[in-house]
Amino acid sequence: MTLNDELRQFVTDNFMYGKPYKGFADDDSFIERGIIDSTAVMELVAFLENRFRIKLLDQDLVPANLDSVNGLARFVESRLPPNFSKACDPSRIVLGV
Amino acid sequence: MCGIAGMFNLDGGAVGPESLLGMIQMLVHRGPDDTGLYSENGVGLAHARLSIIDLAGGHQPMSNEDSSLWITFNGEIFNYLELREELLSRGHRFATNSDTEVILHLYEEKKENCVEYLNGQWAFAIWDNQRRRLFLSRDRLGVRPLFYTQVKKTFIFGSEIKAIFAHPGVTREIDVDGLDEVFTYWCTIPPTTLFRNIQELPPGHSMTVDGTGIAVRPYWHHQFEKASGAVDPAREQSYAEELLDLLADATRIRLRSDVPVGAYLSGGLDSTITTALVKKVTNAKLRTFSISFDNAEFDESEFQNEAVRFLDTEHQDFRCTKNQIAEVFPDVVWHAEKPVLRTAPAPLYLLSRLVQNSGFKVVVTGEGSDEMLGGYDIFKEAKIRRFWKSRPDSKVRPVLLRRLYPYLQNIQNQSDCYRKAFFHIDVDPNLQPFFSHIPRWQLTAKLKTFFSDAVRAEISGDDGYSKVRSQLPQRYPSWDSFCQAQYLETKYLLPGYILSSQGDRMAMAHSVEGRFPFLDHRVVEFASKLPISLKMKVLNEKYLLKRCARGLIPPSIAKRSKQPYRAPEGCSFLQPAAREYMDDLLSPEQIRRDGIFDAPAVTKLVDKFRMGTAIGTKDNMGLVGIVSTQLLIHQFIRHFEARTAPHDA
Repeated sequence: MTLNDELRQFVTDNFMYGKPYKGFADDDSFIERGIIDSTAVMELVAFLENRFRIKLLDQDLVPANLDSVNGLARFVESRLPPNFSKACDPSRIVLGV
Repeated sequence: MCGIAGMFNLDGGAVGPESLLGMIQMLVHRGPDDTGLYSENGVGLAHARLSIIDLAGGHQPMSNEDSSLWITFNGEIFNYLELREELLSRGHRFATNSDTEVILHLYEEKKENCVEYLNGQWAFAIWDNQRRRLFLSRDRLGVRPLFYTQVKKTFIFGSEIKAIFAHPGVTREIDVDGLDEVFTYWCTIPPTTLFRNIQELPPGHSMTVDGTGIAVRPYWHHQFEKASGAVDPAREQSYAEELLDLLADATRIRLRSDVPVGAYLSGGLDSTITTALVKKVTNAKLRTFSISFDNAEFDESEFQNEAVRFLDTEHQDFRCTKNQIAEVFPDVVWHAEKPVLRTAPAPLYLLSRLVQNSGFKVVVTGEGSDEMLGGYDIFKEAKIRRFWKSRPDSKVRPVLLRRLYPYLQNIQNQSDCYRKAFFHIDVDPNLQPFFSHIPRWQLTAKLKTFFSDAVRAEISGDDGYSKVRSQLPQRYPSWDSFCQAQYLETKYLLPGYILSSQGDRMAMAHSVEGRFPFLDHRVVEFASKLPISLKMKVLNEKYLLKRCARGLIPPSIAKRSKQPYRAPEGCSFLQPAAREYMDDLLSPEQIRRDGIFDAPAVTKLVDKFRMGTAIGTKDNMGLVGIVSTQLLIHQFIRHFEARTAPHDA
C-alpha cells in the first residue's frame, strides 16, 4: 500500500464512512468538497501524529498541508524520520484524542 | 394537561367507540386520571385527562348547555378566570370551574376567532353540531402537539401520532421528506412529519373540517419591528421594568392550578429567574428539580446548588449516567415520534420521572428565553461571522469565535483558513436570508452520507431550503439579521425540537405538564419589539433580562456565560444497557432490511465509536440519528401492534 493509498483509505473510512463520491481524486480539496469539518481536522492530526510519529505544530495546521490526499502525502514525506517504516500495522494505532 | 384524539366521518357514518377507545388508550401517559368518549352524528371525540384544574368538574369531552358544542382539550388557558368574568357579565352560565368550559363559551361568542383571546398552551377540537364542523387549534408557539390525517372520508386527529396509528384504517410508512428535514434542520417542518400522510398542525394555526373539506389558516404571526438605534438609560430602565412586570404576571397566571406546582432549576439564568418569580408569588416552600451529570463537561450542579441556597427551595436532583441514557433511549424515541440527533431528551425524560415519583404534575420552566431575548450562541456566532466578514483579513476578529466556544477543543487550535471555511465566512449576509443558520444546517446535512442510495435518490436534494424559504413572512427581508435568526429559531427549532422532543413529549411521558412564562405571547410580542442592543449588547447575551435579574437571583448565575444544555452523546450507546438493541438494530442485515441507511457506512461509524476515535459532532449526531431512526422504524412500522401501550423503563 502506498502512502497515498493509506492516506486516502483513512480519509475515506473516517470522514466519508467508506462511501467516497464518484471521482474522488487525490488533489480534491477536503474543504471545498465538504469532506471534513472542524473536528475532522483534529482527527486527521491525531492520525498523522500517531501513525507516522511526527509532531504537528500550530503553523502546520493549514490547508496547504492538510486539505487533499496529495497535500497530506507531501507533508508527511517531508516530515518522516529517516528510519520510519511506513509498513507498520495500522490496526495497532491508537489515536490520542 | 391531557391527551386528545378523535375522528370525523365526512360521509356521516357512525363512529364506533372501540376505535376511539383504542386511540385514546395510546395516550394514557398524557392523562392517567380519567378517560372520556363522545360519539354522535359521525363524529367521535376522546380524552385522556390529567386533572389539574377543577379536579371534580373537568371531565371531558365537555359540552355547552344545549349540547350543540363538544370539546376535547389538551392544555391550559391561563387567563381563563378573566375570560370567565367577561363571559359571565355577558350572560353566559357555567356548569364547572374549568378553563375548558371557558373555551366553549368563548367559541359561542367568537367562533373560530376565539383563539385570539386565549393566553395559554393548547391543542383542542370543538365539534360544532349545528354547523357540522370540526374546529381544531394549536397554541401560538407550539407548546402542545396536534397531528391529523385523512383516510378516505374519515378525518382523524390526535395529540400524538401513535393515537392516529391505533385507528385500523391508517397505514404506517416512513416519509423520507420528513427524514430529510430532520437530517437538515433537526426537526420536521410542519405539516410534514416523519410518517407519510400524517400531518402536523403548525403552531399558531387553526383548522376547520366540514363538508367542504379541510381548511388550515394561521391566526397569529411572529413579527419583528424594524431595527432601532441607540437606547438612552431612562428608556432602558423602563424597558427592564416592563419586561419584569410582564414576566411576573406571566408567571403568576401560570401558577393557577388545583394541584401543587414545582419548578425546573437548571442552574442557568432563565430557570433561576422563573423560579425566583414563582417564589415571589407563593408562600409555600417551593419544590425544585434538576439534572446533574457525573461528567463535569455537562454538569451544572454547582450553580444549581447555589440557586437552591439563594432561593431556599426544597430541591431534588437526578444524577444521570450514560448507561441510564442508553437504558431509556428506546422509550424516549417512542415518545418523541421523530428521530433525534442529540441524546439531550433522555435526561429530561428521566427528570420528569423523578417529578412524577415526587407526586408533582406541574412544573414551571425557563424555555423560550433564549429565543425571545437573544441567548443562543447561534445569534452570537452570526454576529461574529458578520463582523469578521466585513474585514476578512483581520487576525483579531476570528479570535472571538474561539472565545464563543471555549468547550469545543476543535475550534481552539484551528487556523483562520479553517475557521473561514467552517463558519462559512464566504457567505454574503446581505444575500443569504439564512446566514445565521447555514453552518448548522450544512453540517447537519452532511449526515445524509449515511442514507442508503435508495433514500438519497428519493429525497429532493434541495439544498436551497426552498420549503423554509416559501414560508418566510413577507417582511422578513426588512428585519435585522439578528431578528431573522430569532425568527428561524422560534418558528422551527423551538416547536420542532425544544418544546416537543425535549419538552412536551419527555414531560408528558410521565404525566408532567410544563409551563413556560417566557412563552406567554405578551412576553414574546414585547420582546420582538425590543431594540436588538437590549437583547445582545455587543456580545453580552440576554442583556435586558440580566438587568431585570439583579437582586432576584445569585450574582454568579447572572454573570455566568451561557452553557448550552448538553448530555453524553454517542458514547452512551456503548453502555451495557444499549447492547441488545444496538446489536439488533444496527447489524448490517437489519440496516439493509430497513433500507434507510447504508449498512457499510453505519458499520464504519459504529467501529469508530468502538475504537474510541469518534470525537466529532458529525459522528455523534450521526449515531444518535441512526439509532433513533432505527428504533422508530421498529417501534412504529414493524412492531407497532406489539406495543399497544407505552411502557416505562
